[in-house]
Amino acid sequence: MNKRKHKKIFSSADNALEDILFNGMTIMSGGFGLCGLPENLIIALKKSGVSNLKVISNNAGTEGHGLGLLLETGQIKKAISSYVGENKLFEKQYLSGEIELEFNPQGTLAERIRAGGAGIPAFFTATGVGTVVSKNKEIRTFNDKDYIMETGLVADLAIIKAWKGDEAGNLIYRKTARNFNPVMATAGKVTVVEVEEIVQAGELDPDHIHTPGIYINRIIKGDGYSRSIENLTVREK
Amino acid sequence: MSWNREQMCLRASQELNDGDYVNLGIGMPTLVANHIEKSLDITLQSENGMLGMGPFPFKGEEDSDLINAGKQTITSLPNTSYFSSAESFAMIRGGHIDLSILGALQVSKNGDLANWMIPGKMVKGMGGAMDLVAGVKKVIVLMEHNSKDGSSKIVENCSLPLTGKGVVNKIITNLGVFEVNNGITLIELADNVTKEDILEKTDTDVKFSS
Repeated sequence: MNKRKHKKIFSSADNALEDILFNGMTIMSGGFGLCGLPENLIIALKKSGVSNLKVISNNAGTEGHGLGLLLETGQIKKAISSYVGENKLFEKQYLSGEIELEFNPQGTLAERIRAGGAGIPAFFTATGVGTVVSKNKEIRTFNDKDYIMETGLVADLAIIKAWKGDEAGNLIYRKTARNFNPVMATAGKVTVVEVEEIVQAGELDPDHIHTPGIYINRIIKGDGYSRSIENLTVREK
Repeated sequence: MSWNREQMCLRASQELNDGDYVNLGIGMPTLVANHIEKSLDITLQSENGMLGMGPFPFKGEEDSDLINAGKQTITSLPNTSYFSSAESFAMIRGGHIDLSILGALQVSKNGDLANWMIPGKMVKGMGGAMDLVAGVKKVIVLMEHNSKDGSSKIVENCSLPLTGKGVVNKIITNLGVFEVNNGITLIELADNVTKEDILEKTDTDVKFSS
C-alpha cells in the first residue's frame, strides 16, 4: 500500500475501497453513536456488496444510519461492540441468530484497539474481573489484585472520519467526533479516512495534529454529512 | 414518605467535593449535575472523550459533533478538553477520576453491582460501566430502593450478571443513604422514613450507624 504523500488522495469513497474489499474481512469503523461516523465509506461498503463482515465498532448504528445500513443488507456476520441499545434491526438479527455478537467493555475495546495498533499482543486489566467478561480468560494477580488478560485487535481495514486532513494524511478531529477514530486509525492493515476538508500540506499546525499521516493510507473528501443527533437535548434561553 | 427523584439527586450532589473529577452515569445520575453547588469546582467527564462538560445547548445552537455518553447534545466550558476513547478510558482505568455516580438493578451487601443485563431480555451491552466501576476511586449508586414489583434492590447476593465485584462504596436510594463496607450500614434516613421501613424493604442485614 502506497504511503507516499500526494498518492493518498482518492477521488471518491468507492474508488478508495474497491481494490481492498473481500468477503469475510474484518473492518473497524470509527464513531460513537452517530457522532464521527465515516458515513461516505459506510455507504460505499453497502454499494460494494462485500459480505460476511466482522465489524469492530463501539455501536451498531441506528436504523438508516451508520452500520445500520449494512445490517439492512445483511452484510455483517459478527459485531464486536460495547453497546448496541438503539438498534431494533440488530436486535432482530441477533435473536434470530443471523448475526454474532461479542460485547467488550468500552475501555477494554478501546485499549484492545490501541494495543493492536501499537504491536502489543495482549495486556492485563481489572475491568470485568468477577463478571462474564472474564470467562475463559487468563487471570493474573499483581500487587494482590486480580487482572484479566485481553488481546490486542487489528483489522484488515479501518474506516474513520476526521474533520480536516492534509495530503500527507495528517488529521484533526472536531470535538467529541474524535472518539474511536484516532485509535482505529492505528490498527487497520489499511486505513481509509474521510474528512470534511482536504487542505494543503503546511496548513495544519504540526503541533495540533491528532493523527500523524503515517497511519493513513487513503484519504477522501466526504460530503452530504447528515449531522444526525440521537438525543436532542436543549435548554430555553 | 420518602425522597423524590429531585431530592435523591440533590442528596447525591452533596457527595461531590471541591476539585473533583466526576463521571455521571446515564439516566438519573446525569440529573445530579443540575444540583451541584455553584461554589464548587467540579469537572465532569464524559467517557466518549471530554472533560469539562457544560449544560445542554440553547435551542438552535446544538452541534452534532458535541455529545455526551448518553448521546445527548451538550456544550463546552472554558476548561474543556477533548480526547480519544483510549485516552478517556486510560484516565478512568488509571484511577484519575475521583467519583462515579451510577444507576443499578441490584447491589449486594459486599458491594457487587449488577446494572447491565437482565437474562432473557435483549442485552444492550455494558458500554463503559465495567471500566468505570473497576477504575474510578469512589463509586456511588443512585437508585430506587425497590423495583417496580416491590423487591429489594439491595440484596444478599446479586442474582443478575455482575458489572463489577466489590466495587460499590455508597448507595443513595429514596429511603436513605447507605455505606457499603463489611455489609450495609444506614447512615442517613430520608424524610419521614423509619428504621423499621428500611428493615422491611431491604433483603439483607442493615446495620445502623447510630
